[in-house]
Amino acid sequence: MIKITKKQRPYTVGFISSAILTLTAYTLVVNTTFSGWALLYVILVLAVMQLAVQVLFFLHLGREEKPRWKLVSFLFAVMVVLIVVLGSLWIMTNLNYRHDHGGLPNETDEFIIHDEGIRQ
Amino acid sequence: MNEAAKNDSKNLLGFWIYIMTDCVLFASLFATFAVLRNNTFGGPTGAELFSLPFVLVETMLLLTSSFTCGLGLLAARQKEKTQVLGWFAVTFVLGLSFLTMELTEFNHLVNEGHSWTANGFLSSFFTLVGTHGLHITIGLLWMIVMMLQVAKRGLGRHTVRRLTLLSLFWHFLDIVWIFIFTIVYLTGAIQL
Repeated sequence: MIKITKKQRPYTVGFISSAILTLTAYTLVVNTTFSGWALLYVILVLAVMQLAVQVLFFLHLGREEKPRWKLVSFLFAVMVVLIVVLGSLWIMTNLNYRHDHGGLPNETDEFIIHDEGIRQ
Repeated sequence: MNEAAKNDSKNLLGFWIYIMTDCVLFASLFATFAVLRNNTFGGPTGAELFSLPFVLVETMLLLTSSFTCGLGLLAARQKEKTQVLGWFAVTFVLGLSFLTMELTEFNHLVNEGHSWTANGFLSSFFTLVGTHGLHITIGLLWMIVMMLQVAKRGLGRHTVRRLTLLSLFWHFLDIVWIFIFTIVYLTGAIQL
């Protein structure tokens, strides 16, 4: 039996909790006790939790000395990532909505006018 | 802090900033995938193409390799040469198994006619997962170089510093994989 030393503890905690989070997400999707957008949000939250676990226990971001440049650049990267991903999804979903409802441009106009309740 | 430790900490910050820019690279690939995920051009969707148990094994291999890599770094800080070589060898084998599984999956998809030329969804899938696989390949090559250095020169200050950067890189690749696993594979299987 391998003895876990004090220094190995953060890695062990990180490893076990990451494994549990991965298996939870996997089981939820495979068993489909519930599905749709709710399930999507739940597994995204599980992924973000695992991100937090690994950043703290594997990358040791919480144990940095002042000035915390690693933390600052990490937060900046998170901001850019969110802008790129959410911004792309927002723009492209909207663009998709404004295209291709029927073959002709005026059919799309009619669809949007109706869909947004501009004219009944 | 003495001069040497100061230089090491600057070195570490520089590498950390490189990793953060790599995050942005992956973010743009994730955004592309998220936008194109339904554009299958009449072809099969992710739910029909991917085998979840297969991907779960891949995920567990990479997670375990991230763990053993951390243990290897701890051993390096305690100047335990044999342990360092042992843990990094385990990490290497796990990483190589992961890469082999990924290439098997790619090969299988291409042989079935679902290559990156088929549709937007598959183009973005191969670009995202392939870029991660390329990083893993570079990480494995780096690991070979480091194991040779440790075996030949022992655990000097510079070697331990390089091992620290390598394990940072390796942990980062596991973090990116969490999101590939969740967004590409798990989300693909959910009926919306």
